[in-house]
Amino acid sequence: MSTAPTLTQPKRSRMTLRRINLPGTILILASMLFSVIPLLSMLSAALQPQGTIPQGLSWPADPQWHNFIDAWNLANITTLLGSSVLIVLGVVPAVMLISTMAAYALVVLKIPLGKLFFLLLLVGLTLPFEVTIVPLYQQLQDMGLLNSRVGLCLALVGLNMPFAVYWMRAHFLTVPEELSEAAGMDGAGPLRAFRLIHVPLAGPALASLGLLTFLSTWNQFLLAIVLVDDPDKRTMAGALQSFVGKYSTDLVLLNAGSVLLMAPTIIVFLILQRHFVKALLQGATKG
Amino acid sequence: MSTVTSRPARFNRSEATAHTSGKRRRRFPANRRWAGWLFALPALAMYLTFVVRPVFSSVQYSFYDWNGIGTARWVGVDNYVHVLSDPTLLSTLWHAFFLIIFFTIIPVAVGLVVAAVMRDIQSKLFGGLARTLLFLPQIIPGAASAVAWTWMYSQDGLVNQFLRAIGLGDFSRAWLGDFTFALPAVGFIGTWLSVGLCTLLLMAGIGKIDPSLYEAARMDGASWLAQFRNVTLPGLRQEIGVCVTITVIAALASFDVVFIATQGGPGQATMVPGVKVYELAFVENRLGLASALAIVLTVLVLAVVGPLQRVFRQR
Repeated sequence: MSTAPTLTQPKRSRMTLRRINLPGTILILASMLFSVIPLLSMLSAALQPQGTIPQGLSWPADPQWHNFIDAWNLANITTLLGSSVLIVLGVVPAVMLISTMAAYALVVLKIPLGKLFFLLLLVGLTLPFEVTIVPLYQQLQDMGLLNSRVGLCLALVGLNMPFAVYWMRAHFLTVPEELSEAAGMDGAGPLRAFRLIHVPLAGPALASLGLLTFLSTWNQFLLAIVLVDDPDKRTMAGALQSFVGKYSTDLVLLNAGSVLLMAPTIIVFLILQRHFVKALLQGATKG
Repeated sequence: MSTVTSRPARFNRSEATAHTSGKRRRRFPANRRWAGWLFALPALAMYLTFVVRPVFSSVQYSFYDWNGIGTARWVGVDNYVHVLSDPTLLSTLWHAFFLIIFFTIIPVAVGLVVAAVMRDIQSKLFGGLARTLLFLPQIIPGAASAVAWTWMYSQDGLVNQFLRAIGLGDFSRAWLGDFTFALPAVGFIGTWLSVGLCTLLLMAGIGKIDPSLYEAARMDGASWLAQFRNVTLPGLRQEIGVCVTITVIAALASFDVVFIATQGGPGQATMVPGVKVYELAFVENRLGLASALAIVLTVLVLAVVGPLQRVFRQR
């Protein structure tokens, strides 16, 4: 991209480059620091001796790593991990499958009234969750699905539809039409063409969608605290609410527990960071 | 990176082919095209059941006085009158708009400056680490960020520690308990959440601007500021639009951060519509009023985001 011209640039602009580098470096370092400082301050508080009142950001002389073990047990992390995984497994594959099918119908099969359906979904893209939450509670109560993971999963699948279909539609628009026509001439029906040609081709788009949906599900807070009473049946983020309520006075344990509750996403992010960054940047641009 | 840059081109081509080939349309008989709805049906059903229907129910609830269990009493537009005249409820709406300064304006401004200054830096080593760290706030749950910042803002927290270190100890306070400073303090958590995302989006966008534009501006003797105004800003129009849209929605519909950090307090100093809807519906059992507030919030979001889309999409 912009590297090519710099090679051929005359001396003068190379000097401006160097001049501009220093403030840039300072700025970016500052913003990097700004991003991690609250997390470091949390970590430092979590490592202080229990029962003491931590002071700002100060690395403890004798880091109490076992605080994390205590917090693990107090916050019931084992149960919560299981619960969050179950919810993610209930939401992510369903969202991926259903939205891909719908986008395929919209773009490749060109279903009648598809434009209308898509417009309806577009409105949903900007709806704040707050507007659905009160009736959702009543509705799930009527369906007998309140306080259950099934109810939470169903609601989340529905709420994810606008973005997911939008995302997969954008992918299908990049697939050359000749491809499905060729499949049609080979006698493959829509279902076969979908399974054998379109789903494999959608791999990268699906992977990004999966990551984004995983993240939003795992971090889902409002729906989790409203629709599920028992913190042990919630997502990690939702469980944080009851943990904060119980340990708000014990700063050491509160911070240790919160570090544990956010650790899984951070770990997954660090492992898959390339994919995450790509997906998040694209997700933002498309949404 | 490369996928991001090549997207518009690919988009145009496929959109173009989609328009020119009317062949497919004629090749499929009508009943087969309707059969395609079988693929779209699950998505439609989920969307109708868990989004569209609740939205309509919200509208319906908003015209009733209902505690969720007993019989509902029709009250017409009373709930809306209440939302738009009660000082407490109105203030939640003002707070939401006030948060836009912190969620949107500051992050976009900072992101623009960083991206513009960073334009020429192509260091891979630096870039990778910077991206990872700048993205962290987006990855962790908002509720967890709120816990981290509650601790930062507390009497013994880092913010006050820093103020004392630079000799401004007199200025230290329990930020989230202070009637004047609690709302800006909560807003600043939003700044922390969005600044990395905006910076990275704008940096990606600036990489797509044709370098020859800068070259030409430089030859014309344009200052750094003039280049920024005449090349960078117009070139980033779409990316700025994306940042603004996402963060404005986050500001107006904020919930997690406020709920954990302050619960709307002290008093109602940081109360935002999202938390108030929750409180009205699930603590005070006033479902009608809660729904009316939710509807007003939704209308505001749509009224703000709609025009924004139009402003930033046209080139």
